[in-house]
Amino acid sequence: MSAFSKDTWINGLWKQNPGLVQLLGLCPILAVSTTMVNAVSLGIATIVVMALANLSVATLRNFIPYEIRIPVFILIIASLVTVVDLLFNAYLHELYLVLGIFIPLIVTNCIVLARIEAFAAKNDPLVSTFDGIAQGVGLLLVLAVLGTMRELIGAGTLFGGIDLIIEGASAIKVLGTDYPGFLIAILPPGAFFALGCLIAAFNWINSRATARKHAAPVTPQAPADAVPES
Amino acid sequence: MSTEYTAARTSIRTALILTLFASLFTAAMALTYRYTKPAIDTAVAEVKRKLIAEVLAPESYDNALLDDVVTVLAPAELGIDEGSLVYRARKRGEPVALIVEARAPDGYGGGIDLIVAVGADGRLTGVRATAHKETPGLGDYVDPRKDPNKTRPWINQFVGRGLTGSDTSGWKVRKDGGDFDARAGATISARAVIAATARALAWADANQHRLFDAKTGERITAAANAGAKP
Repeated sequence: MSAFSKDTWINGLWKQNPGLVQLLGLCPILAVSTTMVNAVSLGIATIVVMALANLSVATLRNFIPYEIRIPVFILIIASLVTVVDLLFNAYLHELYLVLGIFIPLIVTNCIVLARIEAFAAKNDPLVSTFDGIAQGVGLLLVLAVLGTMRELIGAGTLFGGIDLIIEGASAIKVLGTDYPGFLIAILPPGAFFALGCLIAAFNWINSRATARKHAAPVTPQAPADAVPES
Repeated sequence: MSTEYTAARTSIRTALILTLFASLFTAAMALTYRYTKPAIDTAVAEVKRKLIAEVLAPESYDNALLDDVVTVLAPAELGIDEGSLVYRARKRGEPVALIVEARAPDGYGGGIDLIVAVGADGRLTGVRATAHKETPGLGDYVDPRKDPNKTRPWINQFVGRGLTGSDTSGWKVRKDGGDFDARAGATISARAVIAATARALAWADANQHRLFDAKTGERITAAANAGAKP
């Protein structure tokens, strides 16, 4: 599998999307997706951690004894998250205050460990880095869509909190200044509702695509690698 | 056989490898920490400076406010068990204002951290909520960043107010017979902030001389003051 293989991206963004299919890393997905800016920021932090973690593990994979691979993986992830946490604290301080505990919590995001164990420990560094980025981008997209949905419905704005990143910029009040807000979208239950709708839509698109494939006279191509079909 | 995989051998080998990894990644963290420390310190001071500028006009004092600080050990009036910081603003050596950290213990979502700026004339120059867990979109208007009313934020009602003697009868929301507005359906947050501010103001007033006379960096115990509270 080459570094720029389409499969890496198809898996990360769609077929094996961490947020919609693997359902790993739900804690940050649900907690931080109250606004689009928060969601995307945490998504970017996760991409950085996943790319670096996959790169480190793939580079060191021949030196990591099989029996103690999990402690070593966790050690590597925890160190990298600490580094990213410090960098956020230093250079994006106000955003760091908003994201708070969720940057350190990337350590416990199962998707990071899952990709290391399932992919980086068996592949070369370049491919692994791209796999980390692809999976991270997949997670970021889900986070961004969820954040946009919840912010739009809950507060009637877009880009709320953008001033934490770009000085002077302000939120767009999409639904007018007197929109009363819909609290539940911002509270934790709203996160579950929004994610449920998103997964439903995802499955609906997939099942339609399958149906069309079966209806078409051409024989469908077998997928390159084994993916459990739902 | 020369290489025997005995339990002792394996554990020592594994321990060594784990130690090696730990040292390597701890070094990476330590380096990042050292490299980002100045930036983090600057960012933290900047956030504090901005916050204080919101409660006390920067041109009204000329001392290094962030360094002119005393620690007060847990007076009940301020509600912070681990002790409060009190910043002292002076102009040409004359007292201008005290900036006191306080906590309202009875917010709807738990404690509400406040900074209360009390002028030397006993009038408030500003109050800000620095940390709270009030319901988003409902009780969080006590924090002007979340207050939908940007032109006249709720918390600005405190500006210019003082106490007449120890009379706090007007320090209630209008619904309870006091002078303060509160958003309908979210009076608990307002009540908590008003009561905590009144307590902090009375305390700062009564201890003003002691606080201004204390040496920079001194730790003051709360007790042994004359007529602080009835």
